[in-house]
Amino acid sequence: MKRARILFNGELTAVTVNDNNDAVLNDGTVIAEAEANWQPPCDGKIFVLGLNYADHAAELAFKAPEEPLVFLKGPNTLLGHRKNTYRPDGVDYMHYECELVAIIGKTAKNVSREEAMDYIGGYTVGNDYAIRDYLENYYRPNLRVKSRDTCTPVGPYIVDAKDVADPHNLALKTYINGELKQSGNTSDLVFDIPYLVEYLSAIMTLEPGDMIFTGTPEGLADVKPGDEIVTEVEGVGRLVNTIISETDYLASLN
Amino acid sequence: MRHSRILKDGVATQVAIDPSQQQEMTSQQWLPATTGTVFGIALNDKALCASMEQAFNEKPHVNPPKTPVLHIKTANTHIGYGAAIPAPANGEAIYAGPSIGIVMGQKATRVSEADAMSYVAGFTIVNEVTLAENSFYRPAVKAKCRDGFCPIGPWVVDQAEVATPEALAIRTYINGELSHSTNTDQLVYGLPQIVSYLSSFMTLEAGDLIIAGTPIRTAQLALKAGDTVAIEIDGLGRLENPVVNEAELG
Repeated sequence: MKRARILFNGELTAVTVNDNNDAVLNDGTVIAEAEANWQPPCDGKIFVLGLNYADHAAELAFKAPEEPLVFLKGPNTLLGHRKNTYRPDGVDYMHYECELVAIIGKTAKNVSREEAMDYIGGYTVGNDYAIRDYLENYYRPNLRVKSRDTCTPVGPYIVDAKDVADPHNLALKTYINGELKQSGNTSDLVFDIPYLVEYLSAIMTLEPGDMIFTGTPEGLADVKPGDEIVTEVEGVGRLVNTIISETDYLASLN
Repeated sequence: MRHSRILKDGVATQVAIDPSQQQEMTSQQWLPATTGTVFGIALNDKALCASMEQAFNEKPHVNPPKTPVLHIKTANTHIGYGAAIPAPANGEAIYAGPSIGIVMGQKATRVSEADAMSYVAGFTIVNEVTLAENSFYRPAVKAKCRDGFCPIGPWVVDQAEVATPEALAIRTYINGELSHSTNTDQLVYGLPQIVSYLSSFMTLEAGDLIIAGTPIRTAQLALKAGDTVAIEIDGLGRLENPVVNEAELG
């Protein structure tokens, strides 16, 4: 089963998603994929892993960390499928990060690695945009880089965990305007999903809807207004996003 | 007026409290006074920044911070007046973090410093509890996001009732003894600057809370299981919580 949330008649509405990736309302009404107003598929704490693929760590001139490098985002940054993300004027480098997102399905505290997968409710796709110009060496990566309005598309929908045979062997791909730019596989995660659930649930209580963005492999590239960015995780989904200018973003606020 | 949330017949309930009426604190089960996202500003205390002047210019920081240093206190950390702060079972040191909390009254995107305070509903008391702050280099999720590590309350005081939010004495009592004193005039970035800066790239929603800044975590702020910690801010009230070994909380 695939589940999502759309804005329908101005209300946040839970839907299922059919084989054509269209939204299906409770009463059976079908809203075409391209027509639906897709929203982030859940609410919860937003954890993101930095440097969780060895090749990506090397690309950024870091060695992979000895314990998970986890940072948090605020809910302001989340954006649904087929929405616009703005690039601030005058920045040098803004890049996408295609990520498998594991979603907690039931309350978890002090869960062992062996039991961890029982606590995963489903999976979705995340695009963890970063603006490297704003990096500072305090709580790095800082919120100004990672928790910006519009900077974290997520979705389009959640695939039930039982429908993903092996979340640790999924191809990740990012396309800019149809051209393949990033390619990796979740088999290369430094800290896998059971490790992360054990690690986080030892610190704090996890709740249904909490999201763990598991990190991105190498293959970053700059994105510019007008670019269509597609992040895709095999068997989980294809998340479309468009980059707009700050000027167009500000006009959209009014 | 003061605004809070209590548990009434098992249901979270908004309550308005007349400050002229004596409030019997122990007869209520207080919930965190706010429900939105909680952002904190680290390194926003004058003495703390002065103490780090050399470290700011060394690895891994290399340069002093150019902008306010932000963190998030996740929902599992939020607790109300009187609720237990769980101390790690291994006896690791934890520290109180007395601060004024800025409570948003309406949605704010890209507001100027001049307009910032018109988006603020009022103020509350926050105890931003943490493990030792050994490093400001990587996000402090492990140190700051343990369950119950962010008492908020007991209530939000309307902004109109707080004449000088940037000059309020803050006192921390441990087991009834005055242990630490500071003042909101010790913040590096002031309240309007903080609201304006956050809103420059993050939309703040009504009910969101910003922890303005916490002092150096010296031994005066160290807590251990069995302690009771209370933070008083002039005009805002007193936020008191017991510290209990997490192994005893089940």
